Amino acid sequence: MIDRVADSRQFDSFDWRFVAVVGAILAVGVLSIYSVTYAQPGGGLPLYVKQLIWILIGCAAFVIVLLFDYHQIARIAYTLYVIALALLVVVLIIGKTSRGAQRWIPIGPFAFQPSEFAKLVLILVLASYYARAPREGWIQRVVLPGLIMMPGLLLILKQPDLGSGLSFLAIYAAMLLVVGVRSKALGVILLFSLMLFPFAWEVMWGSLHDYQRQRIMSFVDPDYDPGGKGYHALQSRIAIGSGELLGKGLYGGTQSQLKFLPEGHTDFVFAVFAEEWGFLGILVLLALFVGLVILSLEIASTAKDMLGALLAAGVIAMICFCVVVNIGMTAGMFPIVGIPLPLMSYGGSATVTTMAALGLLLNIKRRRLTLFY
Amino acid sequence: MSELGFQGDELRELQRRLTILKIGLLLVVGLLGLRLWHLQIREGPYYRDLSQSNLTRSVVLEPARGLIYDRHGVLLANNVPSFSLYVTLEDVDDREALIQKLVALIGLDESRLRKKLSERGGKLVQRKVKDRLTLREAALIESHRLDLPGVMIQAESQRNFPTGLTAAHAIGYVGEVSADQLEQAEFAELHQGSIVGQYGVENTYDRFLRGRAGQKLIEADALGHEKRTVSVEKPQAGDDLYLTIDIRLQQLAEELLGEEAGAIVALDPTNGEVLALASRPAFDPNVLSRELTAKQWEEIVQHEGRPLNNRATQGQYPPGSTFKIAMAAAALETRTVERSTQIRCAGGYQFGRRLYRDWKAGGHGLMDVTQALVHSCDVFFYTIGQRMGIDTIASYAKQFGLGSPTGIELPSERVGIVPSTDWKEKVRGEQWLPGETISASIGQGYVTVTPIQMAYLIATVANNGVPIRPHLVRAVMDRVSGRVVELPSVPLSRLTFKPETLAIIRNALAGVVTEGTATRAKSALVAIAGKTGTAQTAAFRSGPEKDIPKKFRDHAWFVSYAPVEAPRIAVVILVEHMGHGGAAAAPLAKQIIEAFVKLTPYEPRVVQSGLNVGQTLAALRAQETHD
Repeated sequence: MIDRVADSRQFDSFDWRFVAVVGAILAVGVLSIYSVTYAQPGGGLPLYVKQLIWILIGCAAFVIVLLFDYHQIARIAYTLYVIALALLVVVLIIGKTSRGAQRWIPIGPFAFQPSEFAKLVLILVLASYYARAPREGWIQRVVLPGLIMMPGLLLILKQPDLGSGLSFLAIYAAMLLVVGVRSKALGVILLFSLMLFPFAWEVMWGSLHDYQRQRIMSFVDPDYDPGGKGYHALQSRIAIGSGELLGKGLYGGTQSQLKFLPEGHTDFVFAVFAEEWGFLGILVLLALFVGLVILSLEIASTAKDMLGALLAAGVIAMICFCVVVNIGMTAGMFPIVGIPLPLMSYGGSATVTTMAALGLLLNIKRRRLTLFY
Repeated sequence: MSELGFQGDELRELQRRLTILKIGLLLVVGLLGLRLWHLQIREGPYYRDLSQSNLTRSVVLEPARGLIYDRHGVLLANNVPSFSLYVTLEDVDDREALIQKLVALIGLDESRLRKKLSERGGKLVQRKVKDRLTLREAALIESHRLDLPGVMIQAESQRNFPTGLTAAHAIGYVGEVSADQLEQAEFAELHQGSIVGQYGVENTYDRFLRGRAGQKLIEADALGHEKRTVSVEKPQAGDDLYLTIDIRLQQLAEELLGEEAGAIVALDPTNGEVLALASRPAFDPNVLSRELTAKQWEEIVQHEGRPLNNRATQGQYPPGSTFKIAMAAAALETRTVERSTQIRCAGGYQFGRRLYRDWKAGGHGLMDVTQALVHSCDVFFYTIGQRMGIDTIASYAKQFGLGSPTGIELPSERVGIVPSTDWKEKVRGEQWLPGETISASIGQGYVTVTPIQMAYLIATVANNGVPIRPHLVRAVMDRVSGRVVELPSVPLSRLTFKPETLAIIRNALAGVVTEGTATRAKSALVAIAGKTGTAQTAAFRSGPEKDIPKKFRDHAWFVSYAPVEAPRIAVVILVEHMGHGGAAAAPLAKQIIEAFVKLTPYEPRVVQSGLNVGQTLAALRAQETHD
């Protein structure tokens, strides 16, 4: 089943650029995690070492996904989706509860987050659905895929995990945009209203009373800021703002080093980076993410077939959505929902899933000239 | 598989849509960049200030309170480290488990601990759950540190009085500054929780002892744990005090009082230095310097012996026959009697319908002023009192300092009563009755004095008519510079008595001990002079002394000095409800005076006045640091 192209060790310059951008973002992430956690006492492996291990596993996932033709993978999409749904059910039964949300299946010393895996599977399922679906018909183009997505979405919201739920919607919207539903505007509006959610939310959110916000947030996302006092949001803004142009330097981030900033190694890793490296550092980081997205879009638009294009669009939507919402939330444009920054936040499930998704992208690119059988 | 390929212009359509996606994404990233530019560049300085104030906080560095020594450098008050146990709830994961662990580890009271942890207050607040941990407890906690997140031991300074109850009333105790005190100018520099003297010289010399607080600017993390020191302004230790008290005499005085309520004052009549100031029952300043519960405080205040009452300066008693010293001086000065004027004592003095009895049934016979003092003849003094009138008596009593504070450096000194016609009109709104003069003539009736006032009186007599303000502090030593400031004694203006007057009185007081009412004070070691007194507490008495309930029995007085020729010590004894001064009080004075003579070899006056106290103290301190 392994085709000859994948056997080839010959990376072209595009591949190298792609890998270099991903590697750079991963490196920045590990550095930031190291900076926040190196001084923290605690038994076991330091977090940055654990993250390096996750990245290694992620590399393996990247290579494995690369080895198989994406059509082969798409063929087992529905099977994978059933497995993912089963895992989402399992997590609701035996999952580890942390801060009011049941999201993790404990495996030895680690915890596996099925919702991350489910995101990638959703991309596969929707892409293979659209690749074979009739090109016309509102029900077939919009309603059916929506119904396919629904069980996964509901199970995730049951945990509750607002961040992953919104990611599901973003992937669905991106698919609608790319396949071109009858009313193209629908996809555009759906996707960008999700992207612009931060800005719109700022206005809506700002007009609510504290207790209303608190009620809403504790309902949809019990993770953060249970007091509703905006402590975490403020500390994050202070961390970013006080970085100013040049930043406070590595290990110099007082907000994160002295633990004013919560979750500095996970969801707020961007604030840590912004505090230590300043606006210049952020420009570089944003450039890396933009570079990754442009390369990915190139893959999507040069894909050999609809399936490749759809898969690429789904992966792009998933990553972009997480990046935008995570940065928007740490920069105080958005209420705090638990969405990690792809490739940077500490976390095994998210890191491995994202790297597998990137492997899928490169897979599409490397097979754009081959004939398949 | 062909259906998977692109159909028609699908590819071009797809690329157009991806371009829309790309433009949209770049716009969103642009918005993010704008937002970050706004945060970091435009509002950067604002957030920089916020992050600064986030992490720096100032911590008050409490100064070490000045030490207190006795006149020979014996330590009376110092500061010892004390360990307190704090819990910060923010860091506690499982409160119930923590409670169980603390109970198991150091035996804390479970319900009290639970109550303290559930008291209102932020999660970041450090709650003191136990003070004065023993070293063993502190070590146990420290060794289980990792099992006890959120638990912290803090070293604090605790005032300590090594001599315990000894000299408690003179030294006093400390406590947190009260809300009322904080509003006074004297305490303006202090803050909530500052420790100030609340009693004794701890109180009156507080501005010397307290020192000045410093300040430390620290960088703290979100849990308030200190990470780095930004700047330190060191606290300045308080000044040390050298008291005039000789702790050996003080201890003796307190032993002599034993379980009885009473007061003893010993001072140097030449300079007013108080050598001993005892009041019984006493309190433990170590206990009172801690945080007391309302119940503990109530117990102390409502104790029937009123231990917080300093009987030496606040106890007001009728002076009884000790008042006859002032009476004799008044009579001689006003020439109511001369040295040789004799008055017959037949055991009573008839005034109107009432017979005022002499203490000696049958009377003393013919008495001159000297004999009247020696034998404490009441009739003699009834007679001269009646002749002089109350206002003359009052004016001489006041010259001996009665009715006004002696000025000793202790808070809330009481002044007693020197009655006069004016006084009675003002206070009682009644006319003075002539009969009342007779009671006053033997120090009964309205007359009341404090032991320290009597010490002032007898010292004035001993010092040949030059009164000196009694004081408790000999020198103040600046702990930083080592500079010693001696506090000079304050001689007041000499009494304008004829030299003969005091000579007669002093001669008579010597006779009191050799052949009069205080022969039990006679010493083989040193010639003692004095005057006994028996202060009646109840107007109505009958039957023998031992049948009277103790609380109605008389107070025993003895005022004395020694050596007779060149007095170096004056001693006043007051024992409540112990009957006759000659029997109950005089022997105590003798023991103190003998101890003093043994402890303090006679030094010629010139040398003593030339003694450099500063050098002595410096030498004493140097010795201590070697220890």
